[in-house]
Amino acid sequence: MTTLPETKSPIGSFTAAAFATHLAAQPSSAPTWWLDRKRAAYESFAAIPLPTRTNESWRFSTLAGLTLDGFEVGTAGPSRPGSDATTSLFGLPALAFANNTLASRTALPADLAAKGVIVTTLSAALNSHPDLLKAHFMAQPQKLGSEKFAALHTAFIGDGAFIYIPRGVEVPAPIVITHSASGAGTAVFPHTLVIAEENAKVTIVDHFVSADSASTPDNPNSKLQTPKFALGANDLYAAHGSALTYVAAQNWSRDTLSFQFNSTVVRRDACVQSLNLHLGARQARHESLSQLQAPGAFSEMLALTVAEGAQEFDQRTLQIHQAPNTKSDLLYKNALRDTAKTIFSGLIVVDPDAQKTDAYQSNRNLMLSDDAEACSLPGLEIQANDVRCTHGATSSRIDPEQEFYLQSRGIAKADADELLTFGFFEEVLARLASEPLHDALHELIKTKFKK
Amino acid sequence: MSQLEIKDLHVAIGDKPIVRGFTLTIRRGEVHAIMGPNGTGKSTLAKAVAGHPDYTITGGDVLLDGKSILTHEADERARAGLFLAFQYPSDIPGVSIANFLRAAVQARLAEGEELDATAYYQRLYAKMDLLKIDRKFTSRSVNDGFSGGEKKRCEILQMAMLEPKFALMDETDSGLDIDALRIVADGVNALRAAAHPPGILLITHYQRLLDYIVPDHVHVMWDGRIVKSGDKSLALELEAKGYDWVKKEFAAA
Repeated sequence: MTTLPETKSPIGSFTAAAFATHLAAQPSSAPTWWLDRKRAAYESFAAIPLPTRTNESWRFSTLAGLTLDGFEVGTAGPSRPGSDATTSLFGLPALAFANNTLASRTALPADLAAKGVIVTTLSAALNSHPDLLKAHFMAQPQKLGSEKFAALHTAFIGDGAFIYIPRGVEVPAPIVITHSASGAGTAVFPHTLVIAEENAKVTIVDHFVSADSASTPDNPNSKLQTPKFALGANDLYAAHGSALTYVAAQNWSRDTLSFQFNSTVVRRDACVQSLNLHLGARQARHESLSQLQAPGAFSEMLALTVAEGAQEFDQRTLQIHQAPNTKSDLLYKNALRDTAKTIFSGLIVVDPDAQKTDAYQSNRNLMLSDDAEACSLPGLEIQANDVRCTHGATSSRIDPEQEFYLQSRGIAKADADELLTFGFFEEVLARLASEPLHDALHELIKTKFKK
Repeated sequence: MSQLEIKDLHVAIGDKPIVRGFTLTIRRGEVHAIMGPNGTGKSTLAKAVAGHPDYTITGGDVLLDGKSILTHEADERARAGLFLAFQYPSDIPGVSIANFLRAAVQARLAEGEELDATAYYQRLYAKMDLLKIDRKFTSRSVNDGFSGGEKKRCEILQMAMLEPKFALMDETDSGLDIDALRIVADGVNALRAAAHPPGILLITHYQRLLDYIVPDHVHVMWDGRIVKSGDKSLALELEAKGYDWVKKEFAAA
């Protein structure tokens, strides 16, 4: 006798009552359009069904893991002075969010503030910069399958970072934002919105951590589960001639269900480089959309994943070339151990008038275990006739001769494999212009190899 | 006195026996040259002693300071004091020479002991100066895009840093022009002149290398074993008479 799987609730813990509570907790200063947007988003969320097996944009994903039950929208707990591990890794955070609320902030250097650089919270920007928020907050189409979850993000978002770099201003040091979650069943909705105006130059680091059980390897024997739900998004807008570097380091606890949505808009002669490091979570889905909207626009999309235990990392990307002479370059590298699983599904779209497009897409998987699984679905959709588009996916193992070479120097097999994995990752890390950032990411990845 | 004893060693690749009863004892500080025609088992011997997993030891033993190392993994043998200078070193893209050597040095420290980075770099730069290697070399990926000469110098640099008790040098002269050969030989000779010189097993096809690295003993290998031993004059005799002389003399044996 077979039992039909239990039908999951399409809204789970995010009930109308929970939403009403969330709305009621909004500050009285929150503008009406914002609340209206949240209401509309909640309706969409509730109306759209959970993904099903027949949905192409969820192919290979473990749908059973997408549970919305058992969570509660996180609220600020007691402050934890000095507990922020990110300080040493990426520097002092400009804004530190804990459970959807601003926990601490560091004042901008006076010269940058004088030049008009803004690093503030979304809740403050709702009143100070409503037009910019209206124009850029979750403004781009959700084309990668998560309309439902993106709507949930908008409905329940508590706060986030708002960063505005005025015309011609160059910010020398990275602006670091940390987002942390703590407590069993906590749901967080981190958001970072970046606007780089004409010829501005800036580097942003988003660091996602769980304040409790951060980066602890999943232990099948552990009964101390503190499942969390993280539904983050970022909006990156690069105006004419600007250069925006965005680094996201995802290191949620191993019992987190994580979603991250990225939307990148690149205008004329602007350049966006994004690098997403995926380490944490039980199941993590990352959707990244780059729209190259004017000639000379360039988007470099990079990602590194260390998947171990039974972790699943699901990456969906879309490079849309909407204007001639635009360029995109995607390189996603995954290292897989144990019974981990990764999914890469990428699509390059070239619009009919986007001649002289130069698009590249590559997914490379290093299989460190025979039981790990890497799925790749690279794709092209080209409507112009004078373009250069290349894509490919490979899966390989550690080369035994390289391994022997390292071992013959006294390096134990496990350390040799770690060194070779870093060698594999270096092609991506080396793309970062900032050496301190390169080294900080290297250190963070190392924590996943420590046993 | 530290010594490496290879006793009646038999090595097979798959079902095919390659080394068939090889016996040799090397004391620390000695240089033994092994010469012989292609396919006689010289490289197989070196890799098998170093612990390459593709080579099966079917008989005999290898003792380092009286203890058998055959049950040890390659990395354990290396930490015990063995070093293999590869004929064709692997390239490791994305791993810098500095980080690679650092990991190798770190591997020799006791559990929990932290590497003194300053002292490490001082020592590394001193060895590089000794071997006339440019400091920029350390930031390059291991053997990635290296010329033949650079690869071999990189091997010698590693040997200098790891200070093995015994080094197996597999066709170190192959692919080198005379200038590169001289540089590599100078490096090896510098190590021989050090306070605790390693014992060296120098595998070569040509007598040429032995003009620069003068061996204490020369052995002729044929069909998986040593068939003739002598001093450096044996190498010259081989050079004059060719390997056909060996073949004729020993094929029947």
